[in-house]
Amino acid sequence: MTFRGQNLFIYLLAFTSGFSIMGVELLGGRILAPFFGSSVHIWGSIITVFMLSLSIGYLIGGKLSTRNANLFRYGLIFLVAGCLVMPIAYFANPIMEAIFLQIEDSRYGSLLASMALFFFPTIVLGMISPYSVRLLVTSKEESGQIAGILYFVSTLGSALGTIITSFYFVLYFEVNDIITAFSLILVLLGLAAITLGKKQLASQVAKEPAAQSEKKSQSNTSNEVIHES
Amino acid sequence: MRVNIQLTSSRELSLVILSALILVCALLMSQPSHAKVVHQERSMYRNILVEDTGNLRCLKFNVKSHKTNQSCFLKSEPNRLVFNYTKLLFSGLLVNPNPERILIIGLGGGTMSNTLHQLFPKARIENIEIDPAVIKVARQYFDFFENDIVTSQAKDGRIFIKRAKMKGEAYDWIILDAFNGDYIPEHLMTKEFLEETKDLLTDTGIVTANTFSVSKLYDYESATYQAVFGDFYQVKNKKNENRILLAGKKALPQKAVLEANLAAMHDRLKPFGVNTLQVFDSMTFDKDWQLDSSVLTDQYSPANLLNQ
Repeated sequence: MTFRGQNLFIYLLAFTSGFSIMGVELLGGRILAPFFGSSVHIWGSIITVFMLSLSIGYLIGGKLSTRNANLFRYGLIFLVAGCLVMPIAYFANPIMEAIFLQIEDSRYGSLLASMALFFFPTIVLGMISPYSVRLLVTSKEESGQIAGILYFVSTLGSALGTIITSFYFVLYFEVNDIITAFSLILVLLGLAAITLGKKQLASQVAKEPAAQSEKKSQSNTSNEVIHES
Repeated sequence: MRVNIQLTSSRELSLVILSALILVCALLMSQPSHAKVVHQERSMYRNILVEDTGNLRCLKFNVKSHKTNQSCFLKSEPNRLVFNYTKLLFSGLLVNPNPERILIIGLGGGTMSNTLHQLFPKARIENIEIDPAVIKVARQYFDFFENDIVTSQAKDGRIFIKRAKMKGEAYDWIILDAFNGDYIPEHLMTKEFLEETKDLLTDTGIVTANTFSVSKLYDYESATYQAVFGDFYQVKNKKNENRILLAGKKALPQKAVLEANLAAMHDRLKPFGVNTLQVFDSMTFDKDWQLDSSVLTDQYSPANLLNQ
């Protein structure tokens, strides 16, 4: 069912998603500033949207994990998240300009712009945590501990994503380059998970008929036994 | 006897001198403790402190740093400009002697606005300040004057400039004074912002920016102004950390041309404590920065990190 180091791989992915979420959130302030300024309410808008979409993402991710959870689908979440992060780099200006022209109040302008740019990618990124828990947990007894380790890893990723982006990345790279890098890393990790997940599914399918025929032959023999008696 | 008397008198004299010295020293040393905090508040953006030292009233942000005096005025002579950099801002008038519409980004105590209103009573002066608490303090403690044509708004400078352009406004003189030694609003440093500012100028319009850049930021900032405006004047004194950047919508005239306005401006500015000749001497076209420096943009503007 699982390959060696699979749990480590899942933790690595959860760490990266935590890292990217906060990296993108931090750059959000930089992206919005030319149109909506750098007042306190800019951060109010950004943090509100991120918290709101994460909460929705947790809900959806949890729900998704109840049906046939596997590494393949887990990878798909990353792939979609990566694809949704990319437009932040390439369409932010026209989107913000349109909102700037429509809404005079920079509080609601920045809130709407944050929604337009960050709402959907962050929802999908939020789905990763509960889905990771589902893939990692094998028994009820360890479920709390595993959730604890997962929060630790992904929140540590968030902390590092915040400090490294704000201290160093902005000093060496352009905002769009950093966003593009986050997007590509999410896509690549997604593809890796999809590939591994496919292999797993294939080996499961290969094993399943054998297991079923074994069962059949077992039941046959028991039938025979009944017959004999 | 005579010798003795002389001795005692010279002793007395030295005693008198000594005690006078002690008194002066004591007075000098006790001066900081004479500073009286008149008002203190924590606004959304910073700590605001109004301090009186004798006749001098100062507005301070972020108390601990040494370069914190934001705006000062003499209570007995509110017209007289105290700060060197505010005086250097008047270099703008040598290029454009009669501005009718003036935009000031960054209010401080409002002393610049007050002075300009007295110089040009018919000019429209708009003050933009991000922090409403600063506007309140300027009104309450620095006699910041407002009427129909002298106004203030609590807004982010960048947004104001963008909207003003959309409304078809234009200014003869834009003063960027939103910087201090402690923190630089990074979105007011970029090429895109300066282009928006330039767009808002009339054909003879000018920009004067008061900035505090050091180290790498000095090069980046200079390169950015050069990229947007072409050649610009730097106005600075050796003793100061800050400098004024003076740029125009069109190419600025050489100093030899500006000399013609000097005498007239000297008389007009004298009552405000501005020595126009000194200001003129501080102006230079010299490019004293790393010429191949990259430009600050909305994509790349770590101004505060570069300024260390």
